[in-house]
Amino acid sequence: MPNVADEVARFPLAKEEAVPRISVIVDGVRHEHDIESRLLLVHYLRDHARKVGTVVGCDTSNCGACTVLLDGQSVKSCSVLAVQADGGEVTTIEGLTADNGSLHPVQQAFHECHALQCGYCTPGMVIAAVDLLANNPDPTEQEIRAGLEGNLCRCTGYQNIVRAVQVAAKASADAAPAQEEVPA
Amino acid sequence: MSTVAEGRVAEVGQARPRREDAHLLTGRTQWTDNITLPGMLHLAILRSPVAHATITKVDVSGARERPGVVAAFSGGELAAEWGSLPMAWTVSEDQKTPPHFPLAADKVRFVGDGLAVVAATSREAAVDALEAIDFDLDQLPAVVDMEAAMAEGSALVHDDIPANRCFTWQESHGDYAAAHERADVVLKRRFINQRLIPSAIEPRSVVVEPTPATNEYTMWSSTQVPHFVQIFISLTAGVPQSSLRVIAPDVGGGFGSKLDVYAEEAIGVVLAKKLGVPVKWTETRSENCQVTIHGRDLIQDVEITAMRDGTVLGLKVDLITNMGAYLQLLTPCIPLLGRYMYPGIYKFEAHDLSCTGVFTNKTPTDAYRGAGRPEATYVIERIMDELANELGMEPLDLRRKNWIERDEFPYTTVAGLEYDSGDYEKATARATELLGYDDLRREQQARRDRNDPVQIGIGVSTYTEMCGLAPSRWLGREGYIAGGWEAATVRVLPLGKVEVVTGTSPHGQGHETTFAQVAADALGVPYDDVVVVHGDTRTAPLGLDTYGSRSLVVGGMAIVKACEKIVEKAQALAAHQLEVDVRDVEFAAGRFSVLGSAEQGKSIQELAFASFVAHDLPAGADPILTADAVMDPDTFSVPHGTHLAHVEVDTETGKVDLKQYVAVDDIGKVVNPLVVDGQIHGGVAQGVSQALFEEAVYDDDGNLTSGTFVDYLLPTSADLPSFTTDRTETPSTTNPLGVKGVGETGTIASTPAIVNAVVDALRPLGVNDVPMPCSPMHVWQAIRAAKGEPR
Repeated sequence: MPNVADEVARFPLAKEEAVPRISVIVDGVRHEHDIESRLLLVHYLRDHARKVGTVVGCDTSNCGACTVLLDGQSVKSCSVLAVQADGGEVTTIEGLTADNGSLHPVQQAFHECHALQCGYCTPGMVIAAVDLLANNPDPTEQEIRAGLEGNLCRCTGYQNIVRAVQVAAKASADAAPAQEEVPA
Repeated sequence: MSTVAEGRVAEVGQARPRREDAHLLTGRTQWTDNITLPGMLHLAILRSPVAHATITKVDVSGARERPGVVAAFSGGELAAEWGSLPMAWTVSEDQKTPPHFPLAADKVRFVGDGLAVVAATSREAAVDALEAIDFDLDQLPAVVDMEAAMAEGSALVHDDIPANRCFTWQESHGDYAAAHERADVVLKRRFINQRLIPSAIEPRSVVVEPTPATNEYTMWSSTQVPHFVQIFISLTAGVPQSSLRVIAPDVGGGFGSKLDVYAEEAIGVVLAKKLGVPVKWTETRSENCQVTIHGRDLIQDVEITAMRDGTVLGLKVDLITNMGAYLQLLTPCIPLLGRYMYPGIYKFEAHDLSCTGVFTNKTPTDAYRGAGRPEATYVIERIMDELANELGMEPLDLRRKNWIERDEFPYTTVAGLEYDSGDYEKATARATELLGYDDLRREQQARRDRNDPVQIGIGVSTYTEMCGLAPSRWLGREGYIAGGWEAATVRVLPLGKVEVVTGTSPHGQGHETTFAQVAADALGVPYDDVVVVHGDTRTAPLGLDTYGSRSLVVGGMAIVKACEKIVEKAQALAAHQLEVDVRDVEFAAGRFSVLGSAEQGKSIQELAFASFVAHDLPAGADPILTADAVMDPDTFSVPHGTHLAHVEVDTETGKVDLKQYVAVDDIGKVVNPLVVDGQIHGGVAQGVSQALFEEAVYDDDGNLTSGTFVDYLLPTSADLPSFTTDRTETPSTTNPLGVKGVGETGTIASTPAIVNAVVDALRPLGVNDVPMPCSPMHVWQAIRAAKGEPR
């Protein structure tokens, strides 16, 4: 066995390196922190911005539990460095709910359709579904299944998740004309 | 139990969306890894990179010098701080239970076995410091294959356990030799029930906070079993039980993998004790794959004997089952928990079963959704299809000929288990109707006739299972260290709200909703007035937690029992205050009224307040409407159902496409259909996944080569269809609600349904088995082998 300590000593960490400072708007609030350049966005959100609603489920960017919106696009926040979010705007599951506490239509549909059990994949799954509907407001079942392929759920067999996305799509479609009727 | 009077809609049976969702959907969650405490240190564990070796050096001094590191210890340095981790089930007199320490001190026995622990001010600092630990391992030959492990001359996982044999088991029911002698047909098969990684999406996490002033410790753990953890970690880590509070906050799935007592829970307590500050350990997914228990991993040899007309006679099953490197909490009993299920729903006259537990240099196995029963159901439902093929019978006809008929219940099977109720005819009729069974058989024949490269297969699984673990006396006879009761406390608070404390510990099942429904009916109070408290040994000091589809049929019945005591107490108080005989007071819909004079009465809320102020109680009555109850079941609950799978198999590529899946389950009375459907969907998905996707793969040196989600194939939404579910309802006769368990049925039923379908599609090509998972490669190889071509 090689002596690991000796190996490490030969390649010391560059301690003198300047520590990056980043500024990110998370769920509407600006955060500024000095961070290690290797820090992943998900760990930044959890450990520095204290947005622990966003969770870590794997270490290979497979599970999607950490999915957030970065400048309006869904990203797996474990596959983004925190420094890459500098100057950007992040929406997590905690920022989806309206200020008056009412649920986002996707959250509401997840509740009504029993699209979550343990709830651990839910933050990422809901954000992925929001992004899916933003790009395709009226998806077929197969489009939903393909669209959520990057998010793993071990509890639901996905069935009620798919149904919830359909219900949310319909709710949004039904709500849209009603909004137009509201006087300016 | 109260009856629900007119004007009050019964809660039981309502598809209520869950109250748990509110915080889970908005990110206001309480996962263990979310916890940050002042002064908290982060732990990282150095794990063995090899499967089997003698430890010759672990020097942590380099780690101690790294920035942010507060402490580092090798397994040897902590050896005096702890005892062996618990093993709670001794299945036989010859069972060998080797010591199993939280960190290894002399030998490592699987890839991932802990060598040392670092405590640092950040997770990053702790993980970085692992690199500075200097260790030497003298590698030993890895014991990987179970049959080779038992052969003479094999290397030994534990030096003092000959032939790596953990235990042997043998049982006989009826005269198997006679059943063999008399049979027209004797059919043998070997099935491999592959090793699986449970893969709850929340990795395990442990936080331990010491309270030096009182020598107490509070542990948060991502566990299904806070009560087990409290008892066993107090023993392992040398902390009095009363000084260790264990909290299971939000827990992100378990499937059996969190029904255990783990090294890291002991390490957490010992380091919190030594360092006097809170510590946290959270596993990475790769660690989860390596060190959290695995499931299944059996070689199953089966022989069935039958008459030419299809009447089954005898069933002989010989199991070789992989313990892994150590025994975790329930490791040896898991294959034997399934032993009552090998005869399935069929009337055999003789049944022999043997089982050998074997140590290997692999991750320990333990309970994974179904725990022994999926393995058994796989064997019986697969071999019934093979027998049908052998006899030229329709698989459903063979089953009909042999199953227990609806008027034969209660029925004691050849394995000695009494089934309380069931109606296999009805569930099967409904399932075949939903699938369009006969039309699909015609379509299948058409494709066969035209040699279509894409063939249709129909798979049948008429499963049953035993759940509601478990009668304590039965557990005692089986060699389990503990009981199987469950506890509840129900309080009608002075202001009229109801608090239900359960000893079960949900992690996705929805007990806060469904148990509130049960209690609301039993007390006749509004659903919204009932709150369910769980998962904390301080607030629920008595409990035996959640696993084995037990929570409703045992824990829910304890709640019903406690509610009955409350009603009895309130009834006496009502009679006293209304100045009538207690027999003249009737209880309905939350109100106690005088017989024949309904306007004269008191609500349970009024009585709760009256009982609280205690100004005018019956002689000898205690104040406060509160009651404790413990339910120890007399027997098991035995759900059943008929599952049908329709697959298409591309015979040129080996690709299996699941087109349709019908699940008709009979779980007795249903408390919440929404929750039940969710359990079925998820359970079916996991069983389908064993059949088609998942396998924990080791190389010849004992390295787990499927140790991340890149290599271990979990199905995504794109890999599964929507399932068709329905229910028949044959109430259980073993409990007042008539309910049976549902948490594991889908997983138990679906694996053989899928493999039967795949094999059915390939029968015309001469294929009689496809090893799981039925991946394109395995299917393609099976087709090649049947054609006599090289694999």
